[in-house]
Amino acid sequence: MLDLYAPGTSILHRMSPGPKMLALMVGATALFLNQSLVVTLAALIVVLGLYRLAQLTMKQAWQQLRPLLWIFVLFFALQWWFSGVTLAAYVVLRLAALILLASLVTLTTRSSDMIDTMTWALGVLRPLGVNPAKIGLAISLALRFIPVLAQITQDVREAQKARGLERSVIAVAMPVAIRTLKMADDISDAIDSRGYRP
Amino acid sequence: MDTKSIVYIALFAALTAALGLMPPVSFAGLALPPITAQSLGVMLAGAVAGARRGGLALLLFVVLVAVGLPLLAGGRGGFGVLAGTSGGFILAWPLCAALIGYLVSKAPGAGFAMTAVSIALGGIVLMYAIGIPWMAFVGKLGLAKSLTIMVAYVPGDLVKVVLATIIVRGLRRAYPNL
Repeated sequence: MLDLYAPGTSILHRMSPGPKMLALMVGATALFLNQSLVVTLAALIVVLGLYRLAQLTMKQAWQQLRPLLWIFVLFFALQWWFSGVTLAAYVVLRLAALILLASLVTLTTRSSDMIDTMTWALGVLRPLGVNPAKIGLAISLALRFIPVLAQITQDVREAQKARGLERSVIAVAMPVAIRTLKMADDISDAIDSRGYRP
Repeated sequence: MDTKSIVYIALFAALTAALGLMPPVSFAGLALPPITAQSLGVMLAGAVAGARRGGLALLLFVVLVAVGLPLLAGGRGGFGVLAGTSGGFILAWPLCAALIGYLVSKAPGAGFAMTAVSIALGGIVLMYAIGIPWMAFVGKLGLAKSLTIMVAYVPGDLVKVVLATIIVRGLRRAYPNL
C-alpha cells in the first residue's frame, strides 16, 4: 500500500536490508562527528553517486529534499547571521547529505522487507520476553487500522453533518473515539475466540 | 502480553498515523514546519491506553515511520525525517505517551485541570525538552534560538491538550471499562 519504495534492480536494491540499515547508522554518525566543510561536501557527492548506482535520477534525489527547502533556507539564514557563511554552508550541506543518505535506504528497500528484517532481529530479544510474532501482529493490525479509522471518521462526520454539527470538533471526535475503542475490543475478542496463541 | 494490549497498541499507532491525514495548518508563512494534529495522538495514546500500551503504540509508530512508511503529516517518512531537525520531537513521542499514561494513572479521580496538567507535562514539556536540544544539535542552532522558534508552537499544543482532556474525560464516562 503506502510505501516510499522506488522499484529497481540495482545492487543497492538487491542488498538485504540489515547491512543497509547498519551502513546508514555508521554513515550518519560519521557525518555528525566530522567538522570539516570539505569532507561534508565530499560526502554529499558520494551520496549522490550512490543514487546513480541505485539507478535513481537526480530528480528523485531532489524530491527528498524539496519538502525541507524552507527549513534549509531558514537555517542557512540564521547560521549566516550568527556564525558566518562557512558554518551555514556546513550545517545545511550536512543536513542534506544526512537526509539523502537516509532516504536512499528508504527508496531502495521495501517496507515489508524492512519489517521482516526487524521482526527477525527482534528474535534476539526473545529471552527478555519479546515475542516477534506478536510484534508482527501489531504491525499488520496497525496498517489495517489506518484506512478503517479514516472511514469511521468519514461516517461520523456525515452523520453529524445531518445534524448541523460537522464544524464541532468534539461532536465528531467523541463518537469516533468511542466507536474505535469498541471496535478494538471486538477485534481482540475475535482474535482470542479463534484461539490465537503465538 | 494479552491480545487486547496488542490490539490497543496497534490502534493508537494507527490513530497517530490517521491524524496525519488531516491537512496540516500552515502559519507564519512557509518558513516554519506546519502544526499537525499528530501530537494529539500521542496525548490520547498515553491518557487512554496507559503508560505501557501508549508508549509501545508510539514506539510502533516511530518504527513504522523509520522503515519508510509515509505516516507523518504531509506524507513524510523514512530515516531521513528522524535524522532531520524535527526528528527529536518524533523520537520523543513514545516517552511522552508513557509519561502521560503514568501521570494519568497515578490520579484516577483527577479533575479537568489535573488531567490537563498531566497531559501537558508529557505532551509539551517532555516533548520540547527532548526535541529542542535535538533541533539545536542537528541544526547547530544553539538552544536559545531553537527555543524562540518553538514558542510559535505552544498555542497549538495547548489547544491539543484541552482537546485531549475533553476526549479522555468523555471517554471515561462513556466507556467505563477502559
